[in-house]
Amino acid sequence: MMSEIVIHTENLTRKFGDFVAVNTISFDVKAGEIFGFLGANGAGKTTAMKILCGLLSPTSGVASVAGFDVYKENEQIKENIGYMSQKFSLYENLTVRENIRFFGGIYGIDRKSLKVKSEELIQRLGLGLEADKLVGSLPLGWKQKISFSVAILHNPKVVFLDEPTGGVDPITRRQFWDMIYEASAKGITVFVTTHYMDEAEYCDRVSIMVDGAIAAMGKPSELKKQFAVENMDGVFLQLARGAKRSE
Amino acid sequence: MKVFFAFVKKEFWHVIRDKRSLIILIGLPIVMMLLFGFALTSEVKNSNIAILDFSKDQATKTLVERIDQSQYFTVNKYLDSENEMEGVFRKGQARLVLIFPQNFENDLSKDKKTQLRLVADASDPNTANITINYASAIIRDYQNELNENKKLPYTIEMETRMLYNPQLKSSYNFVPGVMTLIMMLLGAMMTSVSIVKEKEMGTMEILLVSPMKPIMVLVSKAVPYMVLCFLDIILILLMAVYILEMPIQGSLVLLLAESLLFIITTLSLGLLISVNVNSQQVAMFISLVALLMPSLIFSGFMFPIENMPLPLQVMSNLIPTKWYYSIVKAIMVKGLSFEFVLKQTLILAGMTVFFLTIAIKKFKINLEA
Amino acid sequence: MNKLLFLLQKEFKQIFRNPTILRMIIIMPILQLILLPLAADYEVKNIMVSVVDLDHSPYSKRLIQKIDASSYFKLVEYSPSYKKSLETVGDGKTDLILTIPRGFEKTLIKENSTKLHLAADAVNGIRGGLGSTYLTQVVGDFNREIREEWLVMPRNSEIPQIEVTTANWYNPHYKYPLFMVPGILVVLVTMVGAFMTALNIVAEKEIGTIEQLNVTPLKKHEFILGKLIPFWVLGMVSITMGIVVAFVIFRILPVGSFLTIYAFSAVYLFGVLGIGLLISTFSDTQQQATLFAFFAMMVFILLGGLYTPIEGMPRWSQILTYFNPPAYLIKIVRAIYIKGSVFSDLKNDFYVLIAFAIGFNGLAILNYRKRMA
Repeated sequence: MMSEIVIHTENLTRKFGDFVAVNTISFDVKAGEIFGFLGANGAGKTTAMKILCGLLSPTSGVASVAGFDVYKENEQIKENIGYMSQKFSLYENLTVRENIRFFGGIYGIDRKSLKVKSEELIQRLGLGLEADKLVGSLPLGWKQKISFSVAILHNPKVVFLDEPTGGVDPITRRQFWDMIYEASAKGITVFVTTHYMDEAEYCDRVSIMVDGAIAAMGKPSELKKQFAVENMDGVFLQLARGAKRSE
Repeated sequence: MKVFFAFVKKEFWHVIRDKRSLIILIGLPIVMMLLFGFALTSEVKNSNIAILDFSKDQATKTLVERIDQSQYFTVNKYLDSENEMEGVFRKGQARLVLIFPQNFENDLSKDKKTQLRLVADASDPNTANITINYASAIIRDYQNELNENKKLPYTIEMETRMLYNPQLKSSYNFVPGVMTLIMMLLGAMMTSVSIVKEKEMGTMEILLVSPMKPIMVLVSKAVPYMVLCFLDIILILLMAVYILEMPIQGSLVLLLAESLLFIITTLSLGLLISVNVNSQQVAMFISLVALLMPSLIFSGFMFPIENMPLPLQVMSNLIPTKWYYSIVKAIMVKGLSFEFVLKQTLILAGMTVFFLTIAIKKFKINLEA
Repeated sequence: MNKLLFLLQKEFKQIFRNPTILRMIIIMPILQLILLPLAADYEVKNIMVSVVDLDHSPYSKRLIQKIDASSYFKLVEYSPSYKKSLETVGDGKTDLILTIPRGFEKTLIKENSTKLHLAADAVNGIRGGLGSTYLTQVVGDFNREIREEWLVMPRNSEIPQIEVTTANWYNPHYKYPLFMVPGILVVLVTMVGAFMTALNIVAEKEIGTIEQLNVTPLKKHEFILGKLIPFWVLGMVSITMGIVVAFVIFRILPVGSFLTIYAFSAVYLFGVLGIGLLISTFSDTQQQATLFAFFAMMVFILLGGLYTPIEGMPRWSQILTYFNPPAYLIKIVRAIYIKGSVFSDLKNDFYVLIAFAIGFNGLAILNYRKRMA
């Protein structure tokens, strides 16, 4: 079970004109793994993630997600992934319950089980009182927790998190990571980008992108050893020093 | 001051980088000038006319030919009975039906008297009125020819002079109108929407903690649009003079100075809107309903103010656009000097101060709250 | 299908929570329908005349009385000199200056012909032109009276005369609101359809929720239908509002059938929504969308024959109007409202509207890239 490969890329490349946003990257992510995808702004993280989510076609190379090819089977990919971005993924002028129902509906969950599932979720998040409030009126940390729960409501094989914890306090971040572990324990693969280096330590494995290519990849402990530094910050700084492009 | 310029520079980049919007902001006045200058006229040309001829003689044939050859009409259909008229109008195939009675030519040459009937589709009153007038004129000319233009005794001749606009060009009316509309759009609508966008995105707070007077943050967002506005005005004037051949009779400096005043007026309206609303859609909606529409209606450029019911005429005085429009017309077309537009200038300046004061007051209250 | 229902449910909830949209649907029709028809009265009347009478003869007085009696004119001033009168033209208080020269009456009788001088403020070409034409007509009538008094011979015995009688169908009293209201209904539907659809989609782009929808298994056509259907409904609501307001304020009801109006509007709306969709594919921000929509509306409506007749346009812009959806619906709704045209009269226009609906939506879908590549 743990050896099943859920995300597979080989020499994946994406060009925009002359600009090589993603340069021959290759990696595999196994089922249930928490894979950290690190890099400075403009390093190519977002482009790579968009390709894996079926939003963008690669220029060359191979990539598959949940066993589906990104070139031809992007619609099937979409049915098997969850996604949560740094920008808000919830509708602010809908209530918590309405948001859950809407996204659940879009993922093809039938009305009956959707009703059960959304009530369950509301109870689990302890949002009984807020369920009928507009999302726009809730604090940021709550919104992010709800977003994440909505993203995995349909039990996807992989969930993509694009800087999910931007702008929230450390305690909420910690709680958020607990939810990530829980999802991972259920067998959901987590693909997460972040620029908080302490969060990188929570990942099973990380890759660090510099100028569109993967500069380092491995378990956090291995990487620290390899670069002979105390923490992931050190690893990142050493790699980033050589970067040519930044935004 | 240095910080202010840095801000302005940033906002400029913002506006300039958005090429698509820039094309529209510069293209809009050009397109409007071309449309108003060359495409839109309330004149009637080649109006479709249908003929119902019960006589079918030489005289009716000549008259129909005359009508068809005139620039005003195109004979579109020949009818056989009055019953067909309804259908022709309903399908929009003709604006006017000309009906010749039986024995038209006979009556004309023997009895010296005959009749003609013109039936107009008056669903468009203006066009109906004009087409009837044109058709009557053609018939009258024909009749006068039959009379061999006998010189009649006791004749009063009219000597008519058209002041300011001898060729009766419509550009004299709409060029100032296009100017006001563009300024409202850029100065008020674009400015307010761009300020409210920062509010909506939550980036306003970041700007407000910068080492600059908060109100200057807003002003710096408006500056690029002011500059664009001014460029558009110059563009419109160049097109007016060189393409529409409409000379600027009065002082160019005075005209530009008054335009600057009006740009500030629109800007103060934009600020007023932006301090009062929190969503771009609302800002846009208010600009559209409260500024652009009244400007269009009450400046006197598309609709004649003097024909409006009294309450609307009174209301028109509250619209800043009306005053700027009359200033531009006075300077550009009539060539009047500053003293003749002093009253309008003072009113406009007063309005501007009023709007600005409220906007700033409201803004300060918002900051403290 | 099930997904579409979820989407529609969400859109309607959002629409009813957005006060701007509701205001736009309620205030816009009322405001536009009250103001525009009242404002759009193009009849040239109340022409202000200033008279410079240098003759002070019985004839000159009689002429002035005749002008004053005409419903077109308002005598605003008797002025001692032309120069003085000219100043009032500068102020916009006078449209026409009629100068009656010294010896007007004497010359007319002794020398058989005399002259009057007319100066017209022609800044507004139409007003200046028509004003002077009307005054010339009054003077012509006056001339005929004088001539008849002096000539004893029976008139017109030798001169062939064509008597022209005229009739104005559908709107005999030249009521402008009757003409404007149907046109404004079209403007309303167009604004609601194009502006709101474009803004709504672009707002999702700006906030980022569209990105979220793009990674879901939602199909392209489901997303587009989910956006079009609610605004189609809103468009139909706004035309209904407009029809009600037109009746309440102006007592204007269509001579033709409501069903025909709704049938045409329904098809037309899909075309307009397609335009909105197309605009949204070109814009990344609401500001851009506003600008594009404003530009498009401006051109469409100005060239739509709402204010100025299409026949008066030069060839090139008449060709442009073939591709201008509002031009068709304005013509159609006017025909149904004022003339009572029936469906078969307007059959061809119906096909054109269907073509627009397919064309604009097709273009928009081609341009709408769910995959951003």
